[in-house]
Amino acid sequence: MPDRSPSLPAAGKMRHDGGSMERCTDPVALAQWYPLAALDEIAAPTCHDTLLLGATVTVERTTAGVCSVADGSRPLPARTRYGYLWTSLGDPDHEVFEIPECDEPDRRVVNAGSITVATSAPRAVENFLDMGHFPYVHTGILGAEPRTEVLDYDVTTGADGVLATRCRFYQPQAAAMATGGQISEYVYRVPHPYCVMLYKSNPTDPARMDVIALLNQPLTEETVRAHNLLCLLDDVSTDAELRRFQQLIFGQDKTILENQWPRRLPLAPDAEMPVRADHSSVAYRRWLSALGVTYAVIPAGSTA
Amino acid sequence: MSPETGWFPIASSDDLVERHVYLGQLLGRELAVWRADDGSVNVWDNRCLHRGVRLTLGSNEGGELVCRYHGWRYASRTAGCTYIPAHPGEAPGRTVCNVSHPAVEYGGLVWTTVDHGGPFSAPAGITERSVALRALPIDAPATTVRAALAEEIDRWSVDGSPVVAVVQPMDEHRCVVRPVLAEPPASCATIALDVLRHQHRLLAALRERVEVGIIATRSPAADLQRIQQRTPPRRPAPGTARTTIPVTVAARRDTAVGVRAVELRPVGGQLPTAQPGDHIDVALPNGITRQYSLVNAPGELDAYVIGVKRESTSRGGSAWIHDDLTVGDQLTISEPRHQFVLRRDSFRTLLIAGGIGITPLLAMAQALHANGLDFALHVFAQSAEHVPFGERLAGLGDTVVRHLGLDPAATAAAVTALLAGPGEGEHVYVCGPAPMIGAVQDAAAAAGWPAGSVHVEYFANPADTDTAGAFTVELARSATVIEVPAGTTLLDALRGHGVDVPSSCEQGTCGTCVVGVLDGRPLHQDVYLDAAEHAAGRLMTTCVSRAAPGTRLVLDLEP
Repeated sequence: MPDRSPSLPAAGKMRHDGGSMERCTDPVALAQWYPLAALDEIAAPTCHDTLLLGATVTVERTTAGVCSVADGSRPLPARTRYGYLWTSLGDPDHEVFEIPECDEPDRRVVNAGSITVATSAPRAVENFLDMGHFPYVHTGILGAEPRTEVLDYDVTTGADGVLATRCRFYQPQAAAMATGGQISEYVYRVPHPYCVMLYKSNPTDPARMDVIALLNQPLTEETVRAHNLLCLLDDVSTDAELRRFQQLIFGQDKTILENQWPRRLPLAPDAEMPVRADHSSVAYRRWLSALGVTYAVIPAGSTA
Repeated sequence: MSPETGWFPIASSDDLVERHVYLGQLLGRELAVWRADDGSVNVWDNRCLHRGVRLTLGSNEGGELVCRYHGWRYASRTAGCTYIPAHPGEAPGRTVCNVSHPAVEYGGLVWTTVDHGGPFSAPAGITERSVALRALPIDAPATTVRAALAEEIDRWSVDGSPVVAVVQPMDEHRCVVRPVLAEPPASCATIALDVLRHQHRLLAALRERVEVGIIATRSPAADLQRIQQRTPPRRPAPGTARTTIPVTVAARRDTAVGVRAVELRPVGGQLPTAQPGDHIDVALPNGITRQYSLVNAPGELDAYVIGVKRESTSRGGSAWIHDDLTVGDQLTISEPRHQFVLRRDSFRTLLIAGGIGITPLLAMAQALHANGLDFALHVFAQSAEHVPFGERLAGLGDTVVRHLGLDPAATAAAVTALLAGPGEGEHVYVCGPAPMIGAVQDAAAAAGWPAGSVHVEYFANPADTDTAGAFTVELARSATVIEVPAGTTLLDALRGHGVDVPSSCEQGTCGTCVVGVLDGRPLHQDVYLDAAEHAAGRLMTTCVSRAAPGTRLVLDLEP
């Protein structure tokens, strides 16, 4: 029997700031796949508990490296994809969503950090989709005043989720070679109610794009563990440099995310005040409503 | 829980230090409390209505509070949004306004009411002269603490001056005791240290006594969340679009040769949020209506200030204002109109003013100055005595350049020199006599400025910018027919006929005002509905979408 290493406190012991601490009963949320940990951070042999949708689940890894997940005595399905261990508390009728770029042999696939944030997973997704905050939250890196305009972009919603294309934003980092910086191009994809990814133009190969994904493990309705996946075309930077950059960016976001009220994402159209720059977030909220998601959100029309 | 209502203190006046945003708590709500540079105190829900981020993370820029997340600017006094950086070329909609509460400063404390608790009246004993002593939070319900205070407050008096202790309920379980020295002795300027120490010992002893036996079992944050979610979104009442505002002439003075500055204060209530470059319609008692630009600085919303030049050809507008208007007169004005919108995403902004055309550019210059952005204001005038609002120009320092006594040819040459090299991401704003505007446009075109970077204020353009054509809608459930005139939104037309359609953003983004379409082709202008829904045409947003001129829509609505 491997060591039972201390991990997150049990659900009942965590600070309760509103929202349900109970096990999730939302059938839509239960039927999804969720990342639990980066494989290179699960020592073999090991056994530890973590939280998923309010339930304590146990992750075990044998000396041979085989991972399994259990909900008490009930074994749960397990997958290893993109360097993470995935599971589901329900019975998904689909596999973990595809990130084909992770299978390209010349890419760097790096877990840039698994970070707990005191907010709901959908708030983290929405922040990831948002370009308007670049000059204010990621000042001097992903944006800088006075170039604050979010140009109109295209959004489509389908069976595969939400896709935002033709997203452009002025970014100052290019200022090293040019006096005025440059407009970076992004594509955003929401393939999962709680996970989101972006494609960003790559400086070395104009035909291909870097991929960054925010793979969220909802611990409870109002706490999330965000796994930052990088899938890059970069022969130069070390893993530590890639992680340091991503953690700098995500650390800046964390301050904002932990000061948003309410923590669960409100889905009523008039609960907050979107502008055209929030086109993708409007589509994301509509998509969650259409799917019937009730976990980690405040559904439209609810008085909760 | 017994709901508490009325006015409560939420801070001491000393808590609101310069350019700070103080976090207050009252009845389970978090409040962002801040003092503008003009001394006015703002009490707002601690939540930016855009995406719910705490406003106490933001910065107090003197006349505006700036949200930390997306840089949205909100004006002191109204909490109305003045600028959305993601859309620099557009004025924020009138519904973009944070939730604010009345604020009164009295007896050394800042008071508010979050339930519209009627006019302010101070608790017995507190006067304007009262001095707030040290406050202390206590982990006990306000009712418990009030009962304990009642038994001993008589013994707290200082040299015969009674102490009044006001209790601020933070939520159901916690409160702040705010003792006030009701009648401080006039003889001494400060209160002796030993008196303050004695007061603090009394307060600390009270806390110790009250907190014994109280078990901390609750979650204040959960209270906050519950209450904030109950807070209804703020909507303008149906039919209040584009209202007229009664104002009083509070001051009038000559600010330059032939130019009179007029200060207009609201008759009760609060003036709406204004943005740099805005103008208002002023209806004069002689039946004439004239447009005047506001020269107000950011957050300066106690009165609108306009500058009126006496026109030699006046047909009763400017001449009446110069000859007949006196302090105390009542006038009617429109809400501010945003046709000359200041972008703040320029690396440098060039403001070119001819004569009285300085007024909108002065408002812009003050905004750029307050925002710390690079700009220059070039003022063309007959002489130094012809340049109005010298006191406001003085505050702008060496960004103001005066070009005095130039003839048309010299003016054109000076303008050409100013516009010689278009810089990347620079913008030009011009307002003045028609020949001068022409000179600026010619010089800009010759020097290669992109068309979108030269912004012109046409003063004599009374028409609304919205020229979309008229169409008809029929309400299916009642067979009511409503004409939607050019320049009026469908939403406003519906409300004008008593149809209560809920709305929120009024920009075609949030989807609150979507209605069903039973017949006809809507012209969609929103981003809420997706391409398939636009093509199907069975739903439409009433705030921005319309129908082709002369056509008819049948809506699934009843009056």
